[in-house]
Amino acid sequence: MLRLDAVTKTYRVGAFGGRTLTAVDGVSLDLVPGEVVSLIGESGSGKTTVGRMILGLTPVSGGSITLDGAPVRPGKDYYRQVQGVFQDPFSCYNPIFKVDRVLQMIREEYFPGTAGAQWEEKVAESLEAVRLAPALVLGKYPHQLSGGQLQRLLIARALLLGPRFLVADEITSMLDASTRIDVLNLLADLKSRGLGVLFVTHDLSLGNYVSERAVVLHRGRVVESGPTGLVFGNPLHPYTARLLDSVPRLTARWDGVPQEPVPDTPEPSVLVEAEPGHFVRRVPAPELRSVS
Amino acid sequence: MNREALHFAVRNGKLLVGLAVLLPLLALALLGPALAEGDPNAYVGTPAQAPSGEYWFGTTMFGQDVFAQFVYGLRVTFLVGLLGGGLAALIGMAVGFTAGYRGGLVDEVLNMLTNIVLVLPALAVLLVVNAYLGVRSVSVQALFIGLTSWPWAARAIRAQTFSLRSRDFVDLARLSGVRTWKIITREIAPNMSSYLFMTFILLFGGSVLIAASLDFIGLGPTQGVSLGLMLNNAARWSALHLGMWWWFIPPGAGITVIVGALYVMNVGLDEVFNPRLREL
Amino acid sequence: MALRVNDLRVHYRTLKGEVKALDGVTFEVGDGEILGLAGESGCGKTTLGKSLIRMDGRMRHAGGTAELDGAELPIGDDRAMDRFRFREVSIIPQYAMSAMNPTRKIGRMVDELLRARGAEPDGAELRRRLDLVELPHTVLERYPIELSGGMKQRMVMVISTLLDPSLLIADEITSALDVSTQKAVARTLTEFRERGFVRSMVFITHDISLTYQIADTIMVMYAGKLAEKAPADTIVTRPRHPYTRLLISSLPEVGVRYSDRRLSGIPGSPPALLDPPAGCRFRDRCPLAFDRCAEEPPAVEVAPGHHVSCWRS
Repeated sequence: MLRLDAVTKTYRVGAFGGRTLTAVDGVSLDLVPGEVVSLIGESGSGKTTVGRMILGLTPVSGGSITLDGAPVRPGKDYYRQVQGVFQDPFSCYNPIFKVDRVLQMIREEYFPGTAGAQWEEKVAESLEAVRLAPALVLGKYPHQLSGGQLQRLLIARALLLGPRFLVADEITSMLDASTRIDVLNLLADLKSRGLGVLFVTHDLSLGNYVSERAVVLHRGRVVESGPTGLVFGNPLHPYTARLLDSVPRLTARWDGVPQEPVPDTPEPSVLVEAEPGHFVRRVPAPELRSVS
Repeated sequence: MNREALHFAVRNGKLLVGLAVLLPLLALALLGPALAEGDPNAYVGTPAQAPSGEYWFGTTMFGQDVFAQFVYGLRVTFLVGLLGGGLAALIGMAVGFTAGYRGGLVDEVLNMLTNIVLVLPALAVLLVVNAYLGVRSVSVQALFIGLTSWPWAARAIRAQTFSLRSRDFVDLARLSGVRTWKIITREIAPNMSSYLFMTFILLFGGSVLIAASLDFIGLGPTQGVSLGLMLNNAARWSALHLGMWWWFIPPGAGITVIVGALYVMNVGLDEVFNPRLREL
Repeated sequence: MALRVNDLRVHYRTLKGEVKALDGVTFEVGDGEILGLAGESGCGKTTLGKSLIRMDGRMRHAGGTAELDGAELPIGDDRAMDRFRFREVSIIPQYAMSAMNPTRKIGRMVDELLRARGAEPDGAELRRRLDLVELPHTVLERYPIELSGGMKQRMVMVISTLLDPSLLIADEITSALDVSTQKAVARTLTEFRERGFVRSMVFITHDISLTYQIADTIMVMYAGKLAEKAPADTIVTRPRHPYTRLLISSLPEVGVRYSDRRLSGIPGSPPALLDPPAGCRFRDRCPLAFDRCAEEPPAVEVAPGHHVSCWRS
């Protein structure tokens, strides 16, 4: 299990680092194999930072991230188990090299002894899992492939390592609608193969489609979390409700009610279990059990 | 990648033109002594002779063989450019890559060092050092030039590295367990290979010019001859006014052609390394 | 009809040849109508929007006409278009962040802009419109960098509609914004139309769900051509073109429980427009394609206001 416990990220800003800016404020969440958790937030919510901290690309300022109870130490062993896919597939490839290089890097670092034929078989297997024909993508340069193909190839790259967890940060936001859904379906496939996926997104309809659990982040803090059906079907925090209300749908037009700004949850606030498994940030009431 | 780069390299007109100009000059510099025997500074013929069958590039005001001087000068020029420019490029790359990739405190310290060396009046320092230590060999001259002319290169490389570091492919390499130095040499540096080569060319040219300036004020190698020294001698003895074009054109053209050919090669290399440019 | 576009073709010059980004599109936009222009990247929607106001250097007007309120727009003649820009046709660019001069205070920039167009700045009207988009009047005393993304977007909306243009082009103006800001911006656009600041509008986006919220009519483009154009409700509930159908069925929705139900995308990718294939351009990806599709399908009005370019419709 990959567990985040009260993870915090602060940056020093201003002249001489005099002020601190809290990007992520006490975020706790669990990721278990065979489950997709969507981490939902708007720009500045800290959702990408959470993903980067899990991947060890950004150091943690406070709290802890543990894998099966042991503190995370980014390095080869860790990356064999926890992998990531990013938002911009075009920027993930070194433009001067062929796309095969992202796979080759894995081979050099993790499978130096593997024979050529065996490796090719392994690559073919991963490409198969992301439904890419090897002849279509291998030996090409990044600019010769579409965003969807590049993104699926990056997922195939991660699969070469047989990871247990995958952080997918806005992986569909640069893709067209007609290819986006295929990448989402792929995440669902991986989940059924036992992978735990953290699906970071700003798009609620995608989170709703693909995940079992949803965590809503607002200004670096979790404001609501729980099973996707409960969070989306019965939003308890005004911010979640507002987000859901703003999502354009094909089934209904927006009503004419003007939006009220969402007030900050008054302090001190904690995550409260409002119904089984469904947590919402509130000012604690004495009769409710606080968990954070 | 390498085989493919070669495939495009041998088909790249600019690269080939650059090489076609540079290689003969290099060969001339290397084989020079065989072609022009004896001391290039010896007074061998009638002063101020125009080019002829005997003296291909004519003679100087004092009857020295311009061709012999040119050939030996070419050799010194290549050597100073290569050593001085190469050393400066090495230091610049080491400092620039480290500062740009590491960031934070390391960056600040290295940046401070860079700025200090940058604001030192390099030529004045070279004058003092040369005068005190009595530098009389080409390689020591190149060493001093290399040690003082790297800062701008370091700054430029740092800025490039900084912008490349935040690209997702660097993060992806980190997620692949690739070590830092390997990320720098295999992911970041190849992306700016033409830029690095350009830096080297400019440092090469800069070294040649600084060496020429030092030679001019008598702080160069004692018994040497260089294209810069030839140029300055020609200028000093008013070759231009006397119409002795054969005295200043060969060394001037030599420097210009070497740096120019390197530049053309640089553009060609850019096309070889960047697959996007290949197709246009 | 406010805007009447007839067989408009705009090509991009590249070193390899001309990319036929917009390849013969005919449609009309009525007075007071908001036309949503939807499609995937590379379908020509942005090219169409740009060609109605300002073509960039690589674009070439390859044929066809556009008429605004009965006057033909001199597409391709950058100078002659100047007379129409801002007063008749105006645009809200995609990156509002970079649309304003960073060295000028906003109020002064607006003044200069209006004077350059020979219009007298009307401070009272400007402030009335700032109120409408809920911007404080003090923004006029600030520099663009002091405004947030959403504020800049609203400011640019006010500026570009200040002379009450007949046609407003909004190109992906919400794609960089958060969902909640996006809703506010889209709402403001309809409000502008209601108050008569603009007469008609072309709202370009890749997001059909969003365009459905505010557009009266939706036009779906594919590979430089019109695929289908119909009233918004018709497009969403009774699309006739196979591309529109597949596209709409590939969109996940909030408020729907999917559990194990899977949506599917459209296999394949659009054809390269450097040398597009003859016939229907969706043919290779279309599950309904048959022999006739080798011939280019004309846009046919299958019901009042509902145009479809498909032999199967």
